[in-house]
Amino acid sequence: MSRITLMAILVFASFSAMAHKPSDSYLALTVESNAIRGQWDIALRDLDYAMGLDANDDGNITWAELRGRKEAVYAYAFNKLEISVNQQNCPLKPTDILVDEHSDGHYAVLNFQAACLAESQQLSVAYRLFFDIDAQHRGLLKLTRNERTDTAIFSPDRKQVEFALNSVRKPWQELLNFAYEGVWHIWIGFDHILFLLSLLLPAALVRENSSWRPKQNVSRTFWDVLAVVTAFTLAHSITLSLAALGYIALPTRWVESAIAASVALAALNNIYPVFVHRRTWFAFSFGLIHGMGIASVLLDMGLPDGQRVLSLLGFNLGVEAGQLVIVSIALPLITWFSQYRYYPALVMKLGSAGIVTIALVWLAERSLDFQMNIF
Amino acid sequence: MKYIVTIVLLVILSIYNAVFAQPYYPKTDNEVLEQLPARGESWFEIRSLRKMVESNPGDLPKVLNLVRRYIELGRAESDPRYYGYAEALLTPWMQTAHPNAEVLTLRATLYQNRHEFPAALDNLSQALRQQPRLAQAWLTRALIQEVQGNYAAALNSCLPLLKLASPLTARVCINSTLSLSGQIDLAYQQLNQAVQIAQAEAPQERQWALIALAEIAERKGNIAAAEQHYQQAFQLDQRNGYLLATYTDFLLDHKRYAEVIKLLQNETRADGLLLRLTMAEQQLKLPEADTHKETLKARFAASRMRGDSSHQGDEARFMLHLLNKPEPALELARKNWSVQREPRDARILLEAALASGRANHAAQPTLEFLVKSRLQDARLQPLIDQFKRIKS
Repeated sequence: MSRITLMAILVFASFSAMAHKPSDSYLALTVESNAIRGQWDIALRDLDYAMGLDANDDGNITWAELRGRKEAVYAYAFNKLEISVNQQNCPLKPTDILVDEHSDGHYAVLNFQAACLAESQQLSVAYRLFFDIDAQHRGLLKLTRNERTDTAIFSPDRKQVEFALNSVRKPWQELLNFAYEGVWHIWIGFDHILFLLSLLLPAALVRENSSWRPKQNVSRTFWDVLAVVTAFTLAHSITLSLAALGYIALPTRWVESAIAASVALAALNNIYPVFVHRRTWFAFSFGLIHGMGIASVLLDMGLPDGQRVLSLLGFNLGVEAGQLVIVSIALPLITWFSQYRYYPALVMKLGSAGIVTIALVWLAERSLDFQMNIF
Repeated sequence: MKYIVTIVLLVILSIYNAVFAQPYYPKTDNEVLEQLPARGESWFEIRSLRKMVESNPGDLPKVLNLVRRYIELGRAESDPRYYGYAEALLTPWMQTAHPNAEVLTLRATLYQNRHEFPAALDNLSQALRQQPRLAQAWLTRALIQEVQGNYAAALNSCLPLLKLASPLTARVCINSTLSLSGQIDLAYQQLNQAVQIAQAEAPQERQWALIALAEIAERKGNIAAAEQHYQQAFQLDQRNGYLLATYTDFLLDHKRYAEVIKLLQNETRADGLLLRLTMAEQQLKLPEADTHKETLKARFAASRMRGDSSHQGDEARFMLHLLNKPEPALELARKNWSVQREPRDARILLEAALASGRANHAAQPTLEFLVKSRLQDARLQPLIDQFKRIKS
């Protein structure tokens, strides 16, 4: 071995001019009710290096050569893979061998079934394909169950992975998960917050002779707010449920534009009062539209089969909880500041004007489908 | 946060779905599914060597011979699978209490190929403790330390080569280190002399020296000299992916895009070269640029999916110059900088930092490194000046 040749390998320490991909195999497992279905894509080139597929040694692997060695290929691969459930080994049964093309050449597609009981708690996959002959080989695992997908990478340093199978199925966890999403959605959905805020700004005031003055009775403020919030909640719960369960469906652009318009109207109403005493009905009717907007998030997330109502309930409770937090922060502030003379003009009208501006930008963006990048 | 996680998962999932394409039944028995690579002389030689090693796995000289053949083939074909084969052959020999010095050095080479420098250095110092006269181990160590920006240590590793290796090897090692640590004029002069004297050395070694010389000239800002040395390196007619990459970087800097395309037209298989080709195509607004961008995107995604991070520097350039996404480019460039610190690594980091507008905070460690190491580079200077303007 000459010093020169080796040196040439080493000279350019930082440059990677690899034209090919290293060896990977793709293992997809799908957990079904009475078995685990597997699809394992293994590069033909790697199989040839490991077990010699090229029978006539002409440098080409034909379909006949692969099919002729089908049993041997399955035996070789199954010897390197163990799937077990609750510490019990699942026997692997070959189904059908196919071919597929990946970015670095053609792969044998080994379809198989792992016979396991479905009411299992823990799934373990042990993988050691090609590690003895190619230390850079990696196994890329995709595990699908209950519309949920996990991934993992097998390497010589990590030959085994474990998955808890039934964790997503626990009802209270599902409920909590969706409740969290509901809270989160309200907090980042500024349009709902601004709508609510617009309705709350005049809550501690009464309108007499075309001018605003603070309410004498704090408990009246409380009941007014309760009525408005309840109406809004009731309305959006109705449409949220109907939309999420697929009974009604409106174009997203239409709904989102209507929501923006509702925010603008609610805020305008504080500057040019029209519905002074009917804010509860106002909240209810526009709540119907907001419900459909909130539902679109839930539809994007996808309701898990079998637990649609529970997830819906969780999401809805989350939305209400998030809303309640906002109200309980905003209400004391509004009540306190409403005592001051400058509140109607400075806080309520100016704040509402700001909200109107934002809402009109949204309205333009959403109805005309373009981005202004202002808010 | 949760939404970001969801989006990332969705992206990964869609890549997965692309990877898991639709399987099919071939139509006829004679359909050729796969053409096996490298079926030349060397492959049959390797095959018989492999059989010998399989029947007698305890024969270390034969094992090392096969490992070297795999590494050579991996380099010639730019195919990392052969490095994987080499690594698997070495694994049992690494599991003994005191691995052989040559085993350790070859293992270090494989680590270095994947830019796992700390592991490579660890193996090399073990090897040198056993066999202090192992020239290959000193050289590999010096090159890694230089890439890491540890110039004092690199110089110390170069010095033993004066006794253990050819004069040209030692001079290239020493002077490239000096050129990066504040003595660029002296280094250029000394290396230029050494190249003139060593006309009889092997072409590969002379090519290496000429490339080093060209890069030093480029850093000095001496464009004519750099061009001349690059041309001399090409005349040695040794196919060399690194030479193509560094020379096309030089051409890109001087807006000689048509020449880049001419040189790299048929080099689309290597990611690093495809990147440079696409950058030239983008400048000339050629239609090929779009398809090549997609190819690069898929390749970077595939290597990230298997947890490979040795392409971060190139990927940062891809993000910044081809996709115009400074934020992710900066992130990649910073990760890359934590692994390797060559002038081109500093450059992409500074460029990405300037483009992202978060200039000072993100680039501070790199700027400090450049001051401390006294690294001179005509290409970095304008960037450094921009930072100074932002500060003042």
